[in-house]
Amino acid sequence: MIEVSRLWKSYGPVDALRGIDLKIEKGEFLTVFGPNGAGKSTLLKILSTIIRPTSGKVNTDGIDISSANEDARRRIGVISHKAFLYGNLSAKENLLFFGKLYDVPDLEKRIEELLAEVGLAHRASDMVRTFSRGMLQRLTIARAIIHNPAIILLDEPYTGLDQHAARMLTNLLKKLHTEDKTIVMTTHDITNGLEISDRIVIQILGKIVFEDRSANQTVELFERVYFEKVGEGK
Amino acid sequence: MKEKIKTILPYVDLPLIILALYMVFIYAPTDSYMGDIQRIFYFHVSFAWVGFLSFFFNFIGSIMYLIKKERCWDILAVSAAEIGIAFCLIVLTTGPIWARPVWGAWWTWDPRLVTFLILTFMYAAYMTVRNAIEEETKRARFAAVIGIIAFLNVPLTYLASHLWRTIHPDVIRPGGGKWGLDPAMTAALRITIPAVTLLFVILLLRRMDLEGMRDRVAELKKKIMKEA
Amino acid sequence: MGYYLKKVFLIAAKDLRIEFRSKEKIYSMMLFSLLVMVIFNFAFEPGAEYIKDVAPGILWVAFIFAASLGLSRSFVLEKEEDCMQGLMLSPLDRSGIYLGKLIGNFIFTLAIELISLPFFAIFFNLSLTSSLPPLMIVIVLATFGFITVGTLFSALSVGIRGGDMILPLLLFPMQVPVIISAVKSTGLIMAGSGMDTYSQWLKLLVAFDIIFFVASFVIFEYLIEE
Repeated sequence: MIEVSRLWKSYGPVDALRGIDLKIEKGEFLTVFGPNGAGKSTLLKILSTIIRPTSGKVNTDGIDISSANEDARRRIGVISHKAFLYGNLSAKENLLFFGKLYDVPDLEKRIEELLAEVGLAHRASDMVRTFSRGMLQRLTIARAIIHNPAIILLDEPYTGLDQHAARMLTNLLKKLHTEDKTIVMTTHDITNGLEISDRIVIQILGKIVFEDRSANQTVELFERVYFEKVGEGK
Repeated sequence: MKEKIKTILPYVDLPLIILALYMVFIYAPTDSYMGDIQRIFYFHVSFAWVGFLSFFFNFIGSIMYLIKKERCWDILAVSAAEIGIAFCLIVLTTGPIWARPVWGAWWTWDPRLVTFLILTFMYAAYMTVRNAIEEETKRARFAAVIGIIAFLNVPLTYLASHLWRTIHPDVIRPGGGKWGLDPAMTAALRITIPAVTLLFVILLLRRMDLEGMRDRVAELKKKIMKEA
Repeated sequence: MGYYLKKVFLIAAKDLRIEFRSKEKIYSMMLFSLLVMVIFNFAFEPGAEYIKDVAPGILWVAFIFAASLGLSRSFVLEKEEDCMQGLMLSPLDRSGIYLGKLIGNFIFTLAIELISLPFFAIFFNLSLTSSLPPLMIVIVLATFGFITVGTLFSALSVGIRGGDMILPLLLFPMQVPVIISAVKSTGLIMAGSGMDTYSQWLKLLVAFDIIFFVASFVIFEYLIEE
């Protein structure tokens, strides 16, 4: 469970986040929508401890991430549109590397399972630079969950994915959701976003301006709300 | 109060500088060994001392910025670096002007001159990096890292060049006084150094003000753009 | 502590594996080092006695240039697919990333230098066998000093546009104490002088190594974290 209170992030005179308050329950799937420049990536990076806030607090599973970072990092897995994978290492070697960084027990076995789960077992020894975008994304997911994090953060994961890869991603995320993981995702993809999440928010210019349960929204309804909010923000 | 001091300082320094000029050109005797060209020594030494002081301020500003992440320290750092480079260039020009008639060579690979040359390179690189980064906090952070490493390099560079070669006039010559200098010369030095140091302080404060004004202009611009 | 070091070596091993596999970096650095030696040789009369005097300088220019070539690539590796973020997300102290990269860079650069050394002896007609032990010490100390600051600045240069051009500008002035010490001591060693003549240079190298290792180790974290 993640608690964000009065989160501010400024880069000199520019305010990327202007007082975000958010509470995400354990096992909840939250999707954050918003135009480019809204600060969604910044929010996610702070949640993942990559960036430090200017002020405000973030509590992840009871851990205040401004101090006890390493503990928090063990519980977090991040999937971004960049893979965090080394092109000149094989899929297996990449997973071995990250698995060891996270002290994953029984690593060889875990890697076997994961590769099978994301459908890449047959490519385990191939260099990652030979992978297609969709395969890269699948391996990224394997990398992100190798240490069995309780929290998964996704930053625009659908970027550049074709239908097949997008469907695979959606299914995988649904599966993770059933495993009671807390998931926060930012995306532009309204259809997929509504389909898999419990709750959605709209972030504009560093503030949360709208919140609702996904069940209450349809794609058409939400699109209308979204464009209305974006228009207001200008 | 601060503003009052800032306004008064130039008025304090101006007579000091005029006095220094008098002491250097009229009061101090002509050097028996080097002739009138020696008079450049007073400025050369003063600017060298102040150049070094400048980079020390940059060092402090850099460290404090990394710890506190406050813009005011970055302002100190960049102002000190710019002024430091300017003063370094003066040192590097007065050095050869002095060296040529006295030792017959424009450039002498003497440790002090080498150190100042390296200083100039390092801080020129510092400014190059600053100019390559648009985003304010990133620029301040990266510059601070360079500022700290550069300053730590100074004593080592000096030591290395010193072990390598020394022909810089060790101002120890028979004749009494602290450095074997004629007492009149020492007096001239005693006036010039503070005069130039004060000049440095004035320039530094002005430069910092300028940077602060730049920030305010940017803020105002932002405000206007929003309302447009 | 054990965990920390284990992961540090993991990162170093990862870097070494990638570089030895792609071989691109090895070839470029090796060729560059040899090329510098050859080109300098053209500046002098073949077989002239004074070449022995300038040879140490040429050796170190070759090493420094090759090393900075390698350093500029060090963090570029982490920039593709934003692997740096992957490293920063792991439960490893940021300084561990620095240390891992440092060790990888150091071993790699040292390997290139050691392979270049026999070529150096051949091109300049020098017998290095008797001077080898003290020469090794100088090479290890000087390379380490170079790589400590080099790794820090490599990370910095990757974050700037035109960073690979700026890296040498930043690095070379910082290396003056290392270069002077390395060249002087190499010259003395090759001329067969005893330890007491060059011990002051070794001490300077050690001082440089310690100061800049500690400084870079501490500062790295502040550099990469926003």
